[in-house]
Amino acid sequence: MWKFIVRRLLITFPQIVLLSILIFLMAQSMPGDALTGLLDPNIDQSTIQEQRERMGLNDPWHIKYADWVGGLVQGDLGQSFRFKMDVSELISQRMENTILLSIVTLIFTYLMAIPLGITSGRYNDTLLDQAITGYTYVGFATPLFIFGLIMLFIFGYQLGWFPTSGSVAPGMVPGTLDYWISKLKHVMLPALSMALIQTVSTVQYLRSEIVDTKQKDFIITARAKGASESRVYNRHIFRNSLLPIAAFFGWEITTLISGTVFIEQIFGYPGMGLLFLESINMRDYSVVTALVLLFGIAQILGALLSDIILSLVDPRIRIK
Amino acid sequence: MSRKLLEIENLTTSFKIGQAYYAAVDDVSLTVNRNEVLGIVGESGSGKSALAFSVMRLHNRAKIEGKIQLEDVDLVKATTSELNQFRGDKLSMIFQDPLTALNPLMEIGAQISETLILHRPKMSKQERYDRVIELLDLVGISRPEHVYQQYPHELSGGMRQRVIIAIAIANKPQLLIADEPTTALDVTIQAQILDLIRELRDEMDAGIILITHDLGVVAEMADRIAVMYAGQIVEIADVHTLFENPLHPYTKSLLNSVPTEGQDRLHVIQGIVPGLQHLPRTGCRFAARIPWIDESVHEENPVLHEVTPGHFVRCTCHSHFYFPEEGKEEITNGNT
Repeated sequence: MWKFIVRRLLITFPQIVLLSILIFLMAQSMPGDALTGLLDPNIDQSTIQEQRERMGLNDPWHIKYADWVGGLVQGDLGQSFRFKMDVSELISQRMENTILLSIVTLIFTYLMAIPLGITSGRYNDTLLDQAITGYTYVGFATPLFIFGLIMLFIFGYQLGWFPTSGSVAPGMVPGTLDYWISKLKHVMLPALSMALIQTVSTVQYLRSEIVDTKQKDFIITARAKGASESRVYNRHIFRNSLLPIAAFFGWEITTLISGTVFIEQIFGYPGMGLLFLESINMRDYSVVTALVLLFGIAQILGALLSDIILSLVDPRIRIK
Repeated sequence: MSRKLLEIENLTTSFKIGQAYYAAVDDVSLTVNRNEVLGIVGESGSGKSALAFSVMRLHNRAKIEGKIQLEDVDLVKATTSELNQFRGDKLSMIFQDPLTALNPLMEIGAQISETLILHRPKMSKQERYDRVIELLDLVGISRPEHVYQQYPHELSGGMRQRVIIAIAIANKPQLLIADEPTTALDVTIQAQILDLIRELRDEMDAGIILITHDLGVVAEMADRIAVMYAGQIVEIADVHTLFENPLHPYTKSLLNSVPTEGQDRLHVIQGIVPGLQHLPRTGCRFAARIPWIDESVHEENPVLHEVTPGHFVRCTCHSHFYFPEEGKEEITNGNT
């Protein structure tokens, strides 16, 4: 088992290196460089050249890449043109919000998905199952940005139960209990909106897995041992049905980290998705590059997490 | 006969296909005595496994009519919790497909222990472990302590089959249904397993239903043999009578399909067992596969006739049956 995890980690490393090279090359091919826009246009061309030489902008790409990676490793992601602050500092603020949003969304998603999926799978083709399946179809068909707007309109504006934008009420002192309560209040509505839509695929996976597992031969073996129906479900069916959910889990985390763009936009929630969108619009390249790299790494780590969870649940995946 | 262990009377198991029910086991009556091996033979689709699953009450959505009396309980009328007390304890089954019959996510030891936990709740952990190791040893698995912690995918088909057998015999059942128990095994292991089943019969005074299409295995193991075709028993007799004096055309055809020395061409039964929906429901069900036999010799509603004590055969067509490659005259002065 540990061997498997170590091996899997070793594969991850070159993946990240390759990703960083790709992103670096793409960033290089974008027009402009660190000096563009910073300098007075009346300045002498030879002075610019001198400056470029001094800053290493004329170096071949692999030297520049080495510089860049050297910075990355030390946490230096460059400067944001727009905010005039370190990208790493900018992102770390937003990251906290996004992680909070992701965690709350995940909790809601699985709180709904597991009971619904199990019920639907266990009592398949009953009225109850049809109701749950009906909900999943509606969920699949509803675009998240429309649903988010509706939720915002009803619970934010009409009923006034939740704040309608931001990640925390103004004037709160970070670290106090009130601050965290306010944060939670702000995260609730976007998280719930996202969970209600995202949960449907997990419900469907779980349902079809359970319906499938129910008919497997080893379930008959369990019944032939004299196991009661609830034991058959808890011991044999459920665990075997969790495999695809486990595989899905890592992927879900990555979509949450990078894919909350719509929700953050609608709810005016200052997370990484919103930052990404704004930076693209403002041509804030250093931020975009850093975020693309982060999302890419999140994707790779998500897949790693999925594999590790799977190997914990399923002995067949562990490599001896 | 106080030796009677299982008595099946007029058992009919039907499955719903579309709007109608179709009987896969059709009006079967038979008994299994203690210390007896009853072999059930027949082609795939003849209803052998459906019969076994009916006795275990493992069918999910089937209509079961008739009576399955095990000792003093009618399994057809038993509630689920009563059934759960029986299954795995007094009544157990060896399944035919070793590759799918074990839970892929559970250790071998845990899968065998489960049946002990369910029926021997007072057993201590250590006793249970010892019993599992003993069972693994009994079914011929070397290094049982190692296998205890392994998962099904780490074992070969034959080893998995033996684990399934270990599960089935863990609680020393009174009635053991073995559905093709040795199909996945090589000949030496097969002999070991058959010995084991015999030992169980003798030690526990148990009744065994051995389902197979390997006529060699039944000849060696069974005390009595029931031949099934299209959901019905077409012939039932003790093993010697059946092999020496088979009567029903289907039994004869089956026996004739076994390769023997000095035979240059193997007999092939024409056609296949028709699907459940297309089974003939009236007349002799085997008639369509022996078209050279005159239709008038079949009974209109074939029933089991007792030809000699304990030897039953369905339909009267057997007295007029001959193989097409033989002459018609030969049979008239033949064995009936």
